[in-house]
Amino acid sequence: MLSVENLSVSFVTRMGTNQAVDDISFTVQSGKITAIIGESGSGKSVACYSLLGLIPQPPGRIDGGRALFNGQDLLQLDTDELRKIRGRDIAMVFQDPMTCLNPYMTIGDQLMEPLRYHKKVSRAEARARALELLDEVGIRDPASTIDNYPHQFSGGMRQRVMIAMALINEPQLLIADEPTTALDVTIQAQILALLAALQKKRDIGVLLISHDLAVVADIADQIVVMQQGRIVETGDRDAIFRNAQHPYTQKLLQAIPRGGKPVALPVSEPLVTVRNLCTWFQSDKAPVKAVDDVSFDILRGEVLGLVGESGSGKSTIGRSLLRLVPVTSGTVHFDGIDVTALQARELKRLRRRMQFIFQDPFASLNPRMTVYDTLAEPLLLHDIETRSTVGAHVLRLMDDVGLARAAVRKYPHEFSGGQRQRIAIGRALATRPDFVVADEPVSALDVTIQAQILELMRELGREYGLTMLFISHDLAVVRQLADRIVVLHRGKVVEQANTEDLFARPQQAYTQQLLQSIPGRAVRTL
Amino acid sequence: MWRFIGFRVLQSIPVILVVITVTFFLVRLAPGGPFSAEKAVIPEVKAALEAQYGLNLPMFQQYLAYLGDLAHGDLGPSFKYPGRSVNELIAAGFPVTAELGLYALLVAIGIGGIAGVVASLRPNTAQDYIPMSVAMIGICVPSLLMGPILILVFGIYLEWLPVSGWGDIPGDKILPAITLGSTYAAYIARLSRAGMLEVMSQDYIRTARAKGLPEWQVVVRHALRGGMIPVVAFLGPAFAGLLSGSFVVETIFQIPGLGRFYVQAAFNRDYTMILGATVFLAVLIVVFNLLSDILAAWMNPRLRSQYGGGA
Repeated sequence: MLSVENLSVSFVTRMGTNQAVDDISFTVQSGKITAIIGESGSGKSVACYSLLGLIPQPPGRIDGGRALFNGQDLLQLDTDELRKIRGRDIAMVFQDPMTCLNPYMTIGDQLMEPLRYHKKVSRAEARARALELLDEVGIRDPASTIDNYPHQFSGGMRQRVMIAMALINEPQLLIADEPTTALDVTIQAQILALLAALQKKRDIGVLLISHDLAVVADIADQIVVMQQGRIVETGDRDAIFRNAQHPYTQKLLQAIPRGGKPVALPVSEPLVTVRNLCTWFQSDKAPVKAVDDVSFDILRGEVLGLVGESGSGKSTIGRSLLRLVPVTSGTVHFDGIDVTALQARELKRLRRRMQFIFQDPFASLNPRMTVYDTLAEPLLLHDIETRSTVGAHVLRLMDDVGLARAAVRKYPHEFSGGQRQRIAIGRALATRPDFVVADEPVSALDVTIQAQILELMRELGREYGLTMLFISHDLAVVRQLADRIVVLHRGKVVEQANTEDLFARPQQAYTQQLLQSIPGRAVRTL
Repeated sequence: MWRFIGFRVLQSIPVILVVITVTFFLVRLAPGGPFSAEKAVIPEVKAALEAQYGLNLPMFQQYLAYLGDLAHGDLGPSFKYPGRSVNELIAAGFPVTAELGLYALLVAIGIGGIAGVVASLRPNTAQDYIPMSVAMIGICVPSLLMGPILILVFGIYLEWLPVSGWGDIPGDKILPAITLGSTYAAYIARLSRAGMLEVMSQDYIRTARAKGLPEWQVVVRHALRGGMIPVVAFLGPAFAGLLSGSFVVETIFQIPGLGRFYVQAAFNRDYTMILGATVFLAVLIVVFNLLSDILAAWMNPRLRSQYGGGA
């Protein structure tokens, strides 16, 4: 149905020409799901957007190729002809449902818009159709929610609305760009299942773009692997998973988290003891009980995984332990000291021993400080080194986190996401802390980079003798690093167990549901 | 929503009190008094006058008396226009100033808004640079200069429009409105350009394009509302600024508005008139800021439901 031949797209900027998509060819068949896999910057999104004229030109430029859709070359159409196809014959679902819906319009108006524009139907008719579709994508009680604004919906619900919006004109081809990347794991499983079901029912073609091989493993028929603007491998799903030819595909397959960390730790005494911790946030109505009566221990030298979906309070716990947010009640003992009772001055001294690694290496590093300054700051602040001796220490840290010493005078924007997270880890380890809270340290990273950073954390943890609280929404990631796991749901502890026990014999229904939602079950069973 | 408004009104009371207090003591610190200007007055007459207006009392007592009157909405008698109260003078001048301010605001929104949106659609091209350069000139040229230039061009060389007056000859309101509005048009142009650029880079604009909507519908239906919120939030301060800043234009074009009374009062040490006009304008500034904040919040559905106004 869609056949792309020798497509090349480049971006022309003052810095020179950047070949984003280099001579790629693939097809999407009616009634099949084709997945394009690649890491960020591999050109997968650019390729699909350029088919519909959705990349800004300039700087974008289509250098050549054909894209035959029902015999018509999309690349040769003028804007008006292309616009008639967009939203009618080919529809799109984007990555982040939080930002892809217009916050100033009701979802009903947004849903009806493509139908009203392309098919010129009456408002009443469009509304009836919108209600049907909302019902079909699983929005409860559409009649009363259709006039709500996007902020009144959760992320998963918004993505359902996006899907309904894409399907409202009954397109022949649906392009879904990372449709589940921004969602929690259980929601992700639901959305993927929904997409697959709708595709089957309508027998349409789907082009699914993803960075995560595990995600597409369960639903894709065909897989196209892209790296640096080129297609390195194409094949049907089973062939790719059983018998990947290209080393890059093999690397992607290996990066799918499976199995765990086998080493059992000798039993030791707790370093951190959390008892009846409550952290509530004031709001207009009832207080929001972000953390509600939580108790657990973190043993010396272990990695404790803290797992939960967004809103489960896992980040708030991490922050509460370091007193980055005020604690409502309960106690946190660190090495015998009650952290919740400390004065500011004592807290500062203790913070040398307790460090934090944040999720987003783009936001947590000061863009106006060089790596040198970033790494030297904690050393000087805590009087570990003087101005004259700090240099050597900074360089040692660079070695430890696997960054070239020559890069020490660069600014954060000159580094990739993975490198930035290495800097953030270096900063956290600079003071040789006993305890580190790592809040989703790899969730903003590509999968192969994710694997590297996890490996680095594992190594450094051993080398520095660290005790770690590893917070993540991703059970598969936690499994690779954690000795024990605490599962959180709505501010309360649902279950805690050794990692292997938890995976082998989950006791609680919620844990079982989480485990079942881990994408890539098809891979594991192959 | 009512809580939000109530809170903001309470917040503004101390602001206005400070304005009153500072103005009250500042004008009295200035050398001279309402009866010490121009021709010399016999000391006995001056003392009698001062006694009549309570100026012989201790300063603090005068202050309390003024606050007491103010609480009843009485701004006191004018020292320079015997027999007329400040309330009457403001009531006479304000409608003219308000009308001028309103027209100027319409000019500012019309010209500025369109220029800003047009510029934002093709950033960093001639379509952007030309209106934005004109806007920059608009900000840099004070109305003191803009007024005479417009008078020269449209009034004297082209003889299209009358050059002074207010409501006497048809068209005599056009030049003052443009003069007063031009600076604000420039600000609004810059604000709306920035607002639109921000919104046009949002993901939901890409969604709208992916639906196949023509570009003008993308702009009008999807971008304009979000892009104009900063402009709406600026309208309150802008209108207040137009009212209080209109005296230059009123002087140039011989318009009998509040601004001219205000400036004359300052020269004449007409204490009650200065105070009255200041308090009046302070209240207006607070009210218009509040109004534009409410409007901007109402335009954002998320804030609207947060303040309990219903969705």
